[in-house]
Amino acid sequence: MMVEQKLKVTLLTGRTIEQGVGKEKGKASKEYFDACSMCYMDADDMKNLGVKNNTNILVTTPDGSVVLRAVKYPRSATPGLIYIPYGPWANAICSNRTTSIGMPSFKGTPAEVQPALDQKVMTMEELLKSEFGR
Amino acid sequence: MPEVIIKNGFVFDPLNGINGEKMDISIKNGKIVEKVTHKAKVIDATGLTVMPGGVDIHTHIAGGEVNTGRMVRPEDHVKDTVTKTAMTRSGTGYSIPSTFVTGYRYSQMGYTTVMNPSMAPLEAKHTHEELNDIPLLDKATYPLIGDWWFVLEYLKKGDLKECARHVAWMMEITKGYAIKIVNPGGLESWGFGHNVHSIDDVVPNFCITPREIMVGLAKVNEMLNLPHSIHLHTNNLGLPGNYSTTLETMKALETVPYHGKPVAHITHLQFSSFGGDSWGNFKSAAEEVANYINTHNHMTFDMGQIIFTDTTTMTADGPFEYTLYQLSGHKWVNSDVETETSGGIIPFHYKKNNAVNATQWSIGLELALLIKDPWKMMMTTDHPNAGPFSFYPRILAWLTSKDARMATLKNCHKKAQKNSLLPSIDREITLYELAIMTRAAQAKALGLKNKGHLGVGADADVAIFNINPETTDIARKYKTARKAFKNAAYTIKDGQIVVKDGEVVGKADGRTMWLNVETTEPCRIDDEMKNKFRQYWTVDYENYPVSDHYVKVKDPITIKASV
Amino acid sequence: MSIVKSVTCPICGCLCDDIELTVEKNEVVKVRNGCAICESKFLGYKGHHRIKTPLMRKDGKLVPVSMDEAVHAAAEILANANYPILYGWSSTSSEAQRIGVELTEEVGGIMDNTAVVCHGPSILGVQEVGIPTCTLGQIRHRADLIIYWGCDPWSAHPRHLERYTSFTEGRFENSQWKSYMQKLKAQAGQKKLESAARIEIGSTHPKPQTCTLPGMPQSMNKSGRKLIVVDVRKSMSAEMADYFIQVQPNKDYELMQALRVLITDGELDVDSVAGVPVEYLKDVANALVNCEFGVIFFGMGLTQTAGKFRNIEIAIQLVRDLNSRTKFTIMPMRGHFNVTGANIVSAWQSGYPYGVDFSMGYPRYNPGETTCMDVLLREENDASLVIASDPGANFPKKAVENMIKHPLIVIDPHMNATSMLGDIVFPSAFVGIEVEGTAYRMDHVPLPLKKVVEPPKGVFSDEEILTRILNEVRVIKASSKKLSKKVDA
Repeated sequence: MMVEQKLKVTLLTGRTIEQGVGKEKGKASKEYFDACSMCYMDADDMKNLGVKNNTNILVTTPDGSVVLRAVKYPRSATPGLIYIPYGPWANAICSNRTTSIGMPSFKGTPAEVQPALDQKVMTMEELLKSEFGR
Repeated sequence: MPEVIIKNGFVFDPLNGINGEKMDISIKNGKIVEKVTHKAKVIDATGLTVMPGGVDIHTHIAGGEVNTGRMVRPEDHVKDTVTKTAMTRSGTGYSIPSTFVTGYRYSQMGYTTVMNPSMAPLEAKHTHEELNDIPLLDKATYPLIGDWWFVLEYLKKGDLKECARHVAWMMEITKGYAIKIVNPGGLESWGFGHNVHSIDDVVPNFCITPREIMVGLAKVNEMLNLPHSIHLHTNNLGLPGNYSTTLETMKALETVPYHGKPVAHITHLQFSSFGGDSWGNFKSAAEEVANYINTHNHMTFDMGQIIFTDTTTMTADGPFEYTLYQLSGHKWVNSDVETETSGGIIPFHYKKNNAVNATQWSIGLELALLIKDPWKMMMTTDHPNAGPFSFYPRILAWLTSKDARMATLKNCHKKAQKNSLLPSIDREITLYELAIMTRAAQAKALGLKNKGHLGVGADADVAIFNINPETTDIARKYKTARKAFKNAAYTIKDGQIVVKDGEVVGKADGRTMWLNVETTEPCRIDDEMKNKFRQYWTVDYENYPVSDHYVKVKDPITIKASV
Repeated sequence: MSIVKSVTCPICGCLCDDIELTVEKNEVVKVRNGCAICESKFLGYKGHHRIKTPLMRKDGKLVPVSMDEAVHAAAEILANANYPILYGWSSTSSEAQRIGVELTEEVGGIMDNTAVVCHGPSILGVQEVGIPTCTLGQIRHRADLIIYWGCDPWSAHPRHLERYTSFTEGRFENSQWKSYMQKLKAQAGQKKLESAARIEIGSTHPKPQTCTLPGMPQSMNKSGRKLIVVDVRKSMSAEMADYFIQVQPNKDYELMQALRVLITDGELDVDSVAGVPVEYLKDVANALVNCEFGVIFFGMGLTQTAGKFRNIEIAIQLVRDLNSRTKFTIMPMRGHFNVTGANIVSAWQSGYPYGVDFSMGYPRYNPGETTCMDVLLREENDASLVIASDPGANFPKKAVENMIKHPLIVIDPHMNATSMLGDIVFPSAFVGIEVEGTAYRMDHVPLPLKKVVEPPKGVFSDEEILTRILNEVRVIKASSKKLSKKVDA
């Protein structure tokens, strides 16, 4: 029986310039979709997990799971870290624990990554519909 | 607007020499008039004290610094919440009330005009936005320009005329009312973490001294014919032994040509009248300072009276606030403003059993009682620095009643009791003198022709108090007096009753006053100036001025300068 | 065709006010001086995602309705709600924010803004220890040591360095742009040599970069401005830095505490802190105390990681301590262009900067209790109004789920995630493009926003929409009072 490989990582969410440009174009725009439905990963981590650049992965946390396009982080090694730009895809899985001060834990929480070649990245409309029924 | 007649009250109107005379005050169209018709609404002021509405020459109530103070002190607000009513907005109070509450509370005490004394020009729009949200009061604000790069450079060059033109321009575009100077030279030095320690220290990078800044701007003030004098917070404020700096400052200002109108106003004088040379041998120098003031007429002052409570200090004197931080370890805000000024905020609790605080408390009162001429010394707390303005009635009681002073003094630290001059001072300020110190003198020093008095033509801003001067000896019944001053029987703003029995019963926005100074030759706002602007600030020239959009109810005053 | 100068850009907390727009036939056709995000907004705001009429959800679908119907429905919801949330506020003017406070007070709801998911923790930290800070021009004129900690200005505040820090000219410090260009050239040259060497040797793939931390480079000894970036990964901003410190995730607090020890000449009994060798930290501590004027800019890397507001507290305490050695300041990198304004307006009218609860008739503030995220997670709200923000896209899933269990009123120019989830949607005009107003920069400096084009017909400003809803709420409340008096009588 083939055991699907999973990688334990620390999840970061945050801004990218493409996300900024995309959100001004419109949250339903292609630019926003391309900018936010993706996930930066460390090159070595991707290699070990058998994930090719620009293919899909499934990211899971205790709060949910979402399919994203994996992109090699271009600037340095970031072993064990993944970075998803702010947006509805990131929020499908990020922690809502506010530790009693109103701020959810958007960075530094545990997640698991596995290849998801046969799964599709949902559009924002599809994601909202599946999560909220609207 | 309807006619109103206030009948039969005991009127105290020092600017018109009226001292407790029983008379009627007639109001029409928001102004005091000679008489009104029988249709006028009657306010029966029999047995009550009638004064012009209060004028506060120095109170931090609006703008960036004040609001940052609000933001960092939620623990201050939670003990003083104000519920919304049909007539009033909600808010919070204590040492830094929210804007609506500021307006209501001042008005409830019979005040009708207030001056916000510290405005960083770059943040002027913020100050005006907040002033718009202070109801029931007329207001104005003073731009901080004592350490403004243009002022430092032109004064260094000796070009008083060009300095004056730039100051006129700054006054107009920030919609300001007076030249405010704080620790001159110290704020620019603080840009790199330094300070000046005497009025002859040289400011790094600008080669100018505090003496030159103060005297230069006082002369500029004369050239511009501004209604108020320069408004000055001295160097070395808050440090033991600083009274010598204060005396030097006052002597330096003797060199400014005096034409019968004061050339400078030193604010919150209490903080600048410290003797001793360390916190260990800290003592009052009120006598030395008062002796000088009693023999010189070229300046006016306000008290900065300490209230024993937990309050918040906030001034443009960044280095001084840092000193307070080093002393107390409290949360400390510092806020330097490019090209212009600085600022700091720190909570402070004045305690009776702290020898220094208790002596400070005594200093403020000693000054007020030893300075013979009440027209020179005005009542303030430099709100909220020495205490919240809502405690003014306590100060009025201390001023008018030796019993009140002694009752407080006897609970103070033994050292402060021993050294205080208050036991030897019998003077009790009269109601007439009180009216001078809380409205007439303030309006006069500010050059506000229609405020602070009840003569024909004045704005119909009136305060009526539950004090019968014939039957109540406020020196003995100081608690009664305190209650009366805390909750006015009536506060009338522009002829409209806005407060009755200490409750807000009317709505009014109040006006914002500012100066449009017409120089004979305007400041050269050409491309060179605009470029220099871009070098000095991080905002574009076009976005710097305060447009009319920022003032809800406009009351500009045109001044013709002599330059 | 006309050219409008000195336009203030309505995107991020930089509030650049030197934008030049070319306007033709009521449309912005060219943008000068703006960054990529600025251009995207000014040229793209009229996209097909623009909402043209008020919408209401009927039978599960959003359908066009008249303004009157939408206003009345929204006012009914708010007037009758027990605990409504009025959230957002960060991308509109202070003029609109003022009406927002008044409306929230009138309906007894919670007034909260996007700081709750951004720099709310910073505000909490400041409320604990204060903050030694300044306006951005002070940095421009005086700072010779600039630190970006847990933030990436290149991505989120693209013109920050060129307008306010390393790459700008000040009275006492010069721009480091030329020096940075030379460094890039040298790096490009070095890469060419390495590539040539690999081809020579016969390897086709560049060696993967190993995670060895370098010590402080020689460039930190240069005269002039120095730039340090502290982050968990090498961001684009880190590439521009003279020194990049890679800190382990969730360990910024430890790193800052370690520096606090070292700047007071203390000793550490460990070899490394947060993944950074102590020897390197000693060099950093020296750089901190030996500068003339230092500044730390910080962002979500501190507010959103473990410790949250405690991270800010410790950063501020580090800067406070540094002030006994030299001049040092600290500033949060505010995200939305007027989130600072939302805090400022809320504070001057109520005393509190965000998470203000008016349900008792007076302002109450208790983050964790009255902040909207917690109210949503506890499912205590029974209606929401969202304006000038997009929690549908930016809030954790559970919070959004709970938000849409109850009526959701949305005021926004675009069909964004929140609008798509809304029950009543009002199209609004863009502040700073179609409506004038005031915004507050990250350093609290107020700036005017210009109106450069007319909004589409039938699209109103946030101010107008809020005023109409407020007036209608008052009418509804007054008539229900009359009704209950009649019933009692």
